[in-house]
Amino acid sequence: MHIVVCIKQVPDSAQIRVHPVTNTIMRQGVPAIINPYDLFSLEEALRLKDQFGGKVTVITMGPPQAEDALRKALSFGADEAILLTDRAFAGADTLATSCALAQALRQIGEKEPVDLVFTGKQTIDGDTAQVGPGVAKRLDLQLLTYVAKIDELDLAGRTITVQRRAEGGVQVLKTRLPALITMLEGTNEMRFATMTDMFRAARSPLTVWNKDDAGITDISKIGLKGSPTVVSKVFAPKPKSVPAQMLDIGGKSQTEIADLIIDTLSAKHAPLYGELFDRAL
Amino acid sequence: MSEAPKPAAPAARGRKKLELDPRLAAYKGVWVFIEHERGTVHPVSWELLGEGRKLADKLGVELAGVLLGGPGDPLDAFAATAHTYGADLVYITRSPVLAGYRNEPYTKALTAVVNQFQPEILLLGATVQGRDLAGSVATTLATGLTADCTELAIDPDNRSLAATRPTFGGSLLCTIQTLNYRPQMATVRPRVMSMPAQQPERSGRVLEAPVELVEDDIIAKLLSYIPDDATDQAQLAYADVIVAGGRGLGKPENFKLLWDLAEVLGAEVGGSRPVIQNGILSADRQVGQTGKTVRPKLYIAAGISGAIQHRVGMEASDVIIAINTDPKAPIFDFATYGIVGDAVQILPALTAACRARLAMKRAG
Repeated sequence: MHIVVCIKQVPDSAQIRVHPVTNTIMRQGVPAIINPYDLFSLEEALRLKDQFGGKVTVITMGPPQAEDALRKALSFGADEAILLTDRAFAGADTLATSCALAQALRQIGEKEPVDLVFTGKQTIDGDTAQVGPGVAKRLDLQLLTYVAKIDELDLAGRTITVQRRAEGGVQVLKTRLPALITMLEGTNEMRFATMTDMFRAARSPLTVWNKDDAGITDISKIGLKGSPTVVSKVFAPKPKSVPAQMLDIGGKSQTEIADLIIDTLSAKHAPLYGELFDRAL
Repeated sequence: MSEAPKPAAPAARGRKKLELDPRLAAYKGVWVFIEHERGTVHPVSWELLGEGRKLADKLGVELAGVLLGGPGDPLDAFAATAHTYGADLVYITRSPVLAGYRNEPYTKALTAVVNQFQPEILLLGATVQGRDLAGSVATTLATGLTADCTELAIDPDNRSLAATRPTFGGSLLCTIQTLNYRPQMATVRPRVMSMPAQQPERSGRVLEAPVELVEDDIIAKLLSYIPDDATDQAQLAYADVIVAGGRGLGKPENFKLLWDLAEVLGAEVGGSRPVIQNGILSADRQVGQTGKTVRPKLYIAAGISGAIQHRVGMEASDVIIAINTDPKAPIFDFATYGIVGDAVQILPALTAACRARLAMKRAG
């Protein structure tokens, strides 16, 4: 079985600061990490490999330093890593990104057919959740997003059955391979990489592909040129002008503070107070 | 957030005034994909009709809903409701193959209907169904799609959709436009736009939009559906009251205090990102840019600092009561009421006081 996992290196958004004057992201000192949602997909792929055997290839599109993310994935147990990097990819939106990735996946599949593709549910920097579906449509893969659990994988019968999160419930879907899966967060926990794993990953060979290596010929479909969307403005959220009315709790007991909160609701927000307390327990 | 729609003025970069390709200029009208599951329309669809109405009026075009579904789905009733929320007309595609959402037939059908009737704007809810479908349809249509928008406006210079969304975890906003492609697609999360007032007397047209679909062509089969009633999946987005906790609550045991208060108030429990990342609350309870957007009538933030990533998910709440030990916590910049104190101490007292108030009301 051959599984390809698409990952993205992202800045750890928990540590991102915006420059107060220029409204630009201050990237200095912000660590780059594997998009956390990708780890659920990578771990699921590794579990399938543990169970069924085969090979896990990781691929990322990004600047040369995205190599770190691939090495990390190798340390967790991926077998091969491909870095898709080319200046021609710069400025790509999700449509152009899915075009480049899909072509690279085609190229991978020509050498060694792919049974399953995993991507993250979404990234923490772009948050779009669009690249996975885009890749699936371009390669005519069965799309299974927001998967909570893989119930059954039948390699001989070429089918897969999954539980997929839907609005208000879970769908149990059965479909054919090859499929593209995005895993829901919290569905598994990434395994631990030992020092030995990390040393091995650091020495592992890594394939670097530019657009030609990936077999991309039409550059009007990738990068800025291939992107229908244009960012026309970037700005900081406007701060709300009204700060909180601070309740004076000086010298009050916890019970008095609690009553003060409830009395404030009663005095200033009578309908809400009514809804909260005029109902049967 | 949606209350004060300021026109997003994009920076001119020479391509602002743009003569649309005549083929693209033929795309007219604003469409909202009306999402339904098991006999119920997702409220985000009505929220989008409210927002779509404003866009359509600004452009001087019609607002349409688009409904896909199976023979068992009450599509005509849904269409009638869509009219009361502002739709001038509703396109309906019926097929047994469209009973229950599946990506493949829905992508095929929506792509076909869009290609036939050519709307200039297509809006979908940023729900699991909406995102799954939008990402697919934008690819089959080869057009631009902007996810998770918090503000939609029409650029007066070129009549294109200016879609504003948070980026980098909410630290920045960016306005995105799709200039040379149609339709212009965007998804909006539930509760980001306010629910429009329903006009019960309003009616409109229904247009059947048949699309040929054959079940044998569809590979994925829906084996079963496990509704959430059977599980304890949180329904945060539409909760009236939310009691949320953050890192300030300290040890995991203290989160029981949230659940106690929530039980008395009939509230849902939510949390900020660190709490979810530490596994104290499940991911479906995360409020914020990477979690849910909520706008309850009452939001109690206990030990939550109010970082931008959390703020964007809850600042539209009617009343926000913030309890935090740090008087400089950013949550006090935008909460309705602030209490500088230890939530671990105050929560149990508040729970007891609420319980007493309820008992009093019942007795009285």
